[in-house]
Amino acid sequence: MSDNHEQHDHMNIPKYVGVFLVLVVGTILTYYAALVDMDSIFPGANTLVALLIAFTKMAVVMLFFMHVYWSKRLIWLSAIGSFFWLAIMFAFTLQDYLTRSEGVFGR
Amino acid sequence: MQASDAISTGYGSAKGNYLTNGSTLASWLLTKDHKRIAIMYLVTVSMFFMMGGLYAAAIRLELLTPASDLLETGTYNRVFTQHGILMIFFFLIPSIPAILGNFMLPLMIGAKDLAMPRINLLSLYIYWAGGLLTLYALMQGGVDTGWTFYTPYSTTFSNSYVMAVGLGIFINGFSSILTGLNFIVTIHTMRAPGMTWFRLPLFVWAHYATSLVMILGTPVIAITVLLVAIERTVKVGIFDPAIGGDPILFQHLFWFYSHPAVYIMILPGMGVVSELISNFSRKKIFGYEFIAFSSIAIAVFGFLVWGHHMFVSGQSVYAGLVFSFLTMVVAVPSAIKMFNWTATLYKGSITFDTPMLYAFGFMGLFLIGGLTGLFLGSVGLTVHLTDTYFVVAHFHYVMVGGQVIAYLGGIHYWWPKMTGRMYSEFWGKISAMLVFVGFNLTFFPQFILGYQGMPRRYAAYPEELQVLNIFSTAGASVLGVGLVMPVVYLTHSLVFGAKAADNPWMLPGLEWRTSSPPPTENFDVMPVVTWEAYEFGEENGLDLEAARRSDVVTA
Repeated sequence: MSDNHEQHDHMNIPKYVGVFLVLVVGTILTYYAALVDMDSIFPGANTLVALLIAFTKMAVVMLFFMHVYWSKRLIWLSAIGSFFWLAIMFAFTLQDYLTRSEGVFGR
Repeated sequence: MQASDAISTGYGSAKGNYLTNGSTLASWLLTKDHKRIAIMYLVTVSMFFMMGGLYAAAIRLELLTPASDLLETGTYNRVFTQHGILMIFFFLIPSIPAILGNFMLPLMIGAKDLAMPRINLLSLYIYWAGGLLTLYALMQGGVDTGWTFYTPYSTTFSNSYVMAVGLGIFINGFSSILTGLNFIVTIHTMRAPGMTWFRLPLFVWAHYATSLVMILGTPVIAITVLLVAIERTVKVGIFDPAIGGDPILFQHLFWFYSHPAVYIMILPGMGVVSELISNFSRKKIFGYEFIAFSSIAIAVFGFLVWGHHMFVSGQSVYAGLVFSFLTMVVAVPSAIKMFNWTATLYKGSITFDTPMLYAFGFMGLFLIGGLTGLFLGSVGLTVHLTDTYFVVAHFHYVMVGGQVIAYLGGIHYWWPKMTGRMYSEFWGKISAMLVFVGFNLTFFPQFILGYQGMPRRYAAYPEELQVLNIFSTAGASVLGVGLVMPVVYLTHSLVFGAKAADNPWMLPGLEWRTSSPPPTENFDVMPVVTWEAYEFGEENGLDLEAARRSDVVTA
């Protein structure tokens, strides 16, 4: 419990408002980024930018709103582990999509 | 039965127990006691099991004859779908963790309760909410997509209650996540002094691994079901190719959870069997560390094999080969457990009590279930076997032959602790044997039927396959009797059963060192663990030699 109390000390109302503002700005940025044709730079650039903004928003929520930044290593491990699992889901799904028409055993 | 407190308790209480600590409805519905919550899970989960069993009976009666005569084909679709949904989401997944895990885990590690008792009660209410919504949908007409909700059936073609059932499963998933989270935090933070990680009972290790799968996998099925709902309502192209989606993406997302969900079902069962094999052989388990880490290995590798459900779905050959190879890999930790259990039996002082009969049943049936899984994990052979009764037989050998048998073994094993009453050992043994015989008679013929090409999910089949189907239906009747019997004699034991000793099996585990039934706080004084897991020598602090079972069990 003492850990939790210590963690709560790290955050205060202005900081929570700061997190909220980052999320609002991120959302607005996502909207305007979608209106610009970045796919002409390279295919998928629009999606990449949208994901980068989303990742930034998520990182701010996790690190500050959820206090992970001040937490013990085990909590960091749990947080990073969940991303590792997400990466497994994407990678193993993509190994299907990316090798359907070409790749090692492509038709 | 007489108890010998000197050899059995040490940490128990004479002041009453969790069952007598309040008798009002509110004392149950608002309880934060993990044991009472487990009992409420037991009642609810058993009801879902019975409902799922009735659907199974309808399936087997329909398949008694080659024609689709008892059920109209559309109704048959709903019946097998609802059998699957009730059994998987509302029985198999919660049964061992939510009942036996909830009740026993704190007792086994020397804790007063789970780390988050309110969250534990919340998980029960969420389970009830999800279950009630699903039942409502079933009463309205149910769902006909198969328990897998494959797109485009579930998004484009089905006119049944996909949304309502999907929402029920979505809600239910949160119950699973909260239970898993609670177990992980409890195991990390609530262990008694001296209860080091490598002194934990293997049942606890199995639940730790299961909890990892629960919290990492369940959100994905929740999101997937939500995506189906979004596509059906808002017509966003996610799975429907006509609007830019991909139906195989659904299978990837669905099986990313649902294959590991198999391990949510079987890992706790393996934990139960580790307890039974060691304790009823009265011998320290062989290869403790290997069994503990094989649970973790199963949890990790179990996430890498989902594509073996999709070999003929249109996924790439490359992906098929990778998933096939990894499927062979995930068999290794399961095999490690089987070899270690067998080695534990060697030169053990084996007794054939009812729980041990179930443990033996598990070893034989899970062996068949596991090995036939390798058939289905082979990219070439599976083309012939996909969507046949071979698959049905395989997963029933794992789910029923493995999980349900282990669950029954666990219920019989811990019943004296949970209720303070002994059941009839005679009827217990008869029931265990009926279940074993009935199960094999039901499902072994289905391997042959599948190999001969009988597809699953059809109400009609060629006449030449009838004999094996009659065997299967006859077996289901025997299995049904075997499963109803424990309901009768266990309920009977609550009133008429002999009072159980605190440690009726004379075992060293912490849960056997408190009273039967345990007090609300589990232990009157904080236990201090100075012995290794499954320690049957003098080091365990119990004078077992002086109180051999024959002296104690005099009911």
